Amino acid sequence: MNPVKFLAAAYIATWVIHSFYLATLVRRFRRLHGQLKELGKE
Amino acid sequence: MKRAFPVLSILSAAFLVYALYQALAVAPTDAMQGEVYRIIYYHVPSAWTAFLLFSINFVASVQYLASATPSRQSTARWIVIGVGVVGIIVTFLPQVQAQLKSAGMRPSAMATTVLLIPIFYFLIGKWFPGQRLDVLAVTSAEVGVVFCTVVLVTGPLWARPVWGIWWAPGDIRLTSTLVLWLIYVSYLVLRRFSSSAQTQMLAAALAVFGALDVPLVYFSIWFFRTQHPQPVIGGGGSMDPRMLHTLLISWMAWLCFAFLVCWSRFRLELLHREVEELHALESLAGGESAKASLPLQRSAR
Repeated sequence: MNPVKFLAAAYIATWVIHSFYLATLVRRFRRLHGQLKELGKE
Repeated sequence: MKRAFPVLSILSAAFLVYALYQALAVAPTDAMQGEVYRIIYYHVPSAWTAFLLFSINFVASVQYLASATPSRQSTARWIVIGVGVVGIIVTFLPQVQAQLKSAGMRPSAMATTVLLIPIFYFLIGKWFPGQRLDVLAVTSAEVGVVFCTVVLVTGPLWARPVWGIWWAPGDIRLTSTLVLWLIYVSYLVLRRFSSSAQTQMLAAALAVFGALDVPLVYFSIWFFRTQHPQPVIGGGGSMDPRMLHTLLISWMAWLCFAFLVCWSRFRLELLHREVEELHALESLAGGESAKASLPLQRSAR
């Protein structure tokens, strides 16, 4: 296998891991803001 | 502060793009490994960032454990000062210097590492008082695990074309890094699923033991025979100045990114605790209103 493919795979994997984590943070922020709004209404 | 975050995000993104350009277009090709060596610009900065975050987690956990009583806090403070002073004196003893040099380590690098311990300790204690220490601990552990995951994924992708194998079983550097990752994953699992009132203290104690693996990972390539190459900074390895320049730029870019992610995670944890408090207050108010309605029900009977 071409070594450059390993280089590309490593760079892509890094960004996928960070993007996935950032997406989970955004999801958790949205959920907490939703809960905060509900508590505010009550 | 609200305006600073988007500005820093844009600057960090620009810095990461510049680091990527340096890594792929400016840094020279390695004579032995060819283009694949460029994985170093993601692998090594991620490892350094993970070590830094786990060290922050360690200091925050020690501070949190010590903050239980003023006497414990004072004892911990003097121990940290003692570690710093004795560590630096020991590093400059001629016998120790000779041993460090024979192991391929620079005494100045060792002294700097030792000096960072008390500096970190006092800065973190000053900037993150009380419960914020625990918030910082969970933040640094979680982001550290993400960076350590990057190290464990990019490492085998680099090893396969260079060593011919994905993983060297029994290699102390690789195994200790995997153990480090597992310790901090178990730390996060403990924090996520334990509902005990002692969870924060237990997690802080686990973090203190887990952090003992960080120096083992870092110094393993000096003291044990391992497949992993020698360190390029503070050790026996050497590097083209342009490659070193690119490596340091990449680390700075990833540090900026890590700082922003930690900032977001810190705010998320504060928000999470605020929501939990509101839920607790609501259930308390609900319970009290039920109690208040109980005598009325009794009188109605």
